[in-house]
Amino acid sequence: MYTSLTNRRSFIKKMAAAAAMTAAATMFPGIVFAKEQEAGIPNGNLDWKKGPCRFCGVGCGILVGVENGKAVAVKGDPNSSVNKGLLCVKGYHQTMCIQAKDRLEHALVKKNGTYIKTPLNEALDLVASKMKETIEKHGKDSVAMYTSGQSTIPEGYVASKLMKGAIGTNNLDCNARLCMASAVAGFLTTFGADEPMGCYEDFDYADYYVTWGNNMAEMHPVLFSRMLEQKNKRGAKIIDFATRTSRSSAASDKSILFEPQTDLAVGNAICYEIIKNGWLNKSFVEKHCNLSKGLTNMGYGLEDNYSFTDKPEKINFEEYKAFLEDYTPEKVAKISRVSVKDIKYLASIFGDPNKKVMSLWCMGVNQHTRGTWMNNIIYNIHLLTGKISQPGNGPFSLTGQPSACGTAREVGTFTHKLPKGVVMNPEHRELAAKIWKVPVERIPAKPTYHTTEMFRAVDRGDIKFIWTQVVNPLVSLPRTSRFRPGMEKDSCFVVVSDVFPTPTTDVADVILPASWHIEKSGLYGNSERRTQHWDKMIEGPGETTPDAWMTIQVAKRMGYGDLFPYSEENHVEEIYNEYRQFHEGKKHGMAPLEVLKKESGVIWPYVDGKSTQWRFNAKFDPACSNGEDFHFYGKPDGKAVIWQRPYEPAAESPDNEYPFWLNTGRIIEHWHTGSMTRRIPVLHKAMPHSYVEFHPKDAKALGIRNGEKVKVSSRRGSCVLPASINERGLPTQGQVFVPFFDENMLINDVTLDAFCPISKEPDFKKCAVKIEKA
Amino acid sequence: MPIISYLAHPQDGKKESLINEISQLSSCEVIPAENKDLLIVVTDTNNKEEDEQLKEKIEALDSLKLLAMVSGFDTPKNN
Ligand code: SF4
Repeated sequence: MYTSLTNRRSFIKKMAAAAAMTAAATMFPGIVFAKEQEAGIPNGNLDWKKGPCRFCGVGCGILVGVENGKAVAVKGDPNSSVNKGLLCVKGYHQTMCIQAKDRLEHALVKKNGTYIKTPLNEALDLVASKMKETIEKHGKDSVAMYTSGQSTIPEGYVASKLMKGAIGTNNLDCNARLCMASAVAGFLTTFGADEPMGCYEDFDYADYYVTWGNNMAEMHPVLFSRMLEQKNKRGAKIIDFATRTSRSSAASDKSILFEPQTDLAVGNAICYEIIKNGWLNKSFVEKHCNLSKGLTNMGYGLEDNYSFTDKPEKINFEEYKAFLEDYTPEKVAKISRVSVKDIKYLASIFGDPNKKVMSLWCMGVNQHTRGTWMNNIIYNIHLLTGKISQPGNGPFSLTGQPSACGTAREVGTFTHKLPKGVVMNPEHRELAAKIWKVPVERIPAKPTYHTTEMFRAVDRGDIKFIWTQVVNPLVSLPRTSRFRPGMEKDSCFVVVSDVFPTPTTDVADVILPASWHIEKSGLYGNSERRTQHWDKMIEGPGETTPDAWMTIQVAKRMGYGDLFPYSEENHVEEIYNEYRQFHEGKKHGMAPLEVLKKESGVIWPYVDGKSTQWRFNAKFDPACSNGEDFHFYGKPDGKAVIWQRPYEPAAESPDNEYPFWLNTGRIIEHWHTGSMTRRIPVLHKAMPHSYVEFHPKDAKALGIRNGEKVKVSSRRGSCVLPASINERGLPTQGQVFVPFFDENMLINDVTLDAFCPISKEPDFKKCAVKIEKA
Repeated sequence: MPIISYLAHPQDGKKESLINEISQLSSCEVIPAENKDLLIVVTDTNNKEEDEQLKEKIEALDSLKLLAMVSGFDTPKNN
């Protein structure tokens, strides 16, 4: 919130206020203190600069008050339709981490086990020569880059261009694989086009918000406050469907708990009820939908080099109806622990033709060994009832990171992606080759390593050089107990760009000092397809440099200078203008930079000077061209797909030896692996370390008291944490929950590297553990 | 030189009057929540006695339902 405070007393007052705000935020989900922003803002001539928040995928607009070259205040941007001037606790305090004492200000090169401060130019020489030498010795698929949904659009773009266009390898993936890959696969299989059809304005019209395994009060707090506002104003209802009672459950109208993994069955039971009760929107389904089924019993990707390709097969409506016979509420109640009454209640919400319903989900659905299926099933419910692509009516897949959409998904920093389309498609490769000015043969047609497999390849010694940017895999990957020793091996040269030291920089051979968010210009794209630009606001310390510029510098040193003709001062603008060419047209047109500089974000498709708020609906979307009310133009025949997807059990379930489910996730105070928020004193003080939540009955049976140290172990590793009973959240009996933000309590040493065979997104929500007193 | 922050819960329908009343007390800053019946109060007094008197004054306000301390700092005089 206030970073440059000369007066210790006023600093302490602000700390005291901030502590109270944090306390309030944990007690009252969605609470917002807008006036607080103005209180205590230093007098004088503050220059307010606009940008997006550094943290979550909500993408709130912020204004940063700059005085004498320092960021001294942050407030919500009243012109941003996302947050209308509001921010959550993380948003207010974000700039406080910049001046942390252990900021990485210079490049560090490891020599004989010691990190030596090195001029950046020399460090970049070393990175380029190592990368080149590795390619010469071991081939281009021996080098890899791993980036982030927190990378800016230009950062993601130059990483993709370097790897796929210049070097000619698809060894590029990003941490959005850990959070959004199932959402992407869900969109592509159902609609043939990624990202939500609606926008945040949907909140203003919906009668019901059904949240699927999604603790929005802590993870998307500003959106949750918009829901609460509508609940108070119009009586809109929030239905929380989850495996754990959270802050969101407490503020919802109804909380329904289910047994982990059985959301698949409950989703199908809702579809069964919709058809059985005559709530089917027959004409919508006939006009706009096809039905398909895919392969089942796909496995869980637990073995190295696992591969899977689905084989879609068209089915008719009667076949789908027959399939749903296995999912009567009575049958599903038995496995899901959701009552027949509650299943019918959920179905009736979607079935009521006079009610507008939004489904909202994020990690609970995506981090799932059947995550793609679960996304498909939610779309099935909305397609069967025709509740889609209309204001207040639609499935809304929320994103976790600030630019998981803008960078990871739109620029395409996944192994299979290109800035437009996928590497497997010859036309998409041709377009990329044309814009990048490289021979088309250079872009390989086959994807290589998705995240989990990339770090397995490092462990196996197949990848011999890896460069990570804006990401902390040794805290965030599943099963870090395998991947940490893997990255420590001499067989792989590890380059890590970051702002602060992390467990990942600990294993680096070269550490590059990255600029933080407002120390560089950039663009992010949020959950509602909104692209937001910001100009550099302050100078970073020491030799800190934007990641995009470091990538360009390495590319030039490797001999690809002609492909990277950008200037240091203007590279963000030059790269964005080049990137925009990929998306020209009514289906994905991006706003020109001049517009983005003026506005607090613009939603794409941007057509004839206007944002498209609801895609696929002819009333709002100029790309619809079939003469009907709706046109799902992502698919060649203009029809969305209703997928027949069964319930299948989790990769690992509790048994006699490991009798508890382990669920992991986030909390409001900390952003992901905590490398930034744990350096913000007020947030760190509010939640200084992780913990393991128990159901009180389980704690009693185990004789565990609140705060007592316990050891959580799986077949892969263990972690010692204090017990938390009846505090923040309440897991169901037989389940424990652990937040993953704490690098001193690495719960991902315990998790399982099983993933969805279609999306390759790991399941951080389900594995089997045992509990002992530590 | 104590600096203390509190969460102040108003009586039903009394949020605005509580804001006004606390704002009029010297050594007090009020930050109301936008969307909940809750205020943050930060007090900044010269010594413990003053601090206690101020706390008593706040607690005596009719529009207040509950005052809960969140954090307290005691700072040296010259800062
Ligand atoms: S809700 Fe997300 S984007 Fe908005 S202020 Fe909080 S962390 Fe930032």
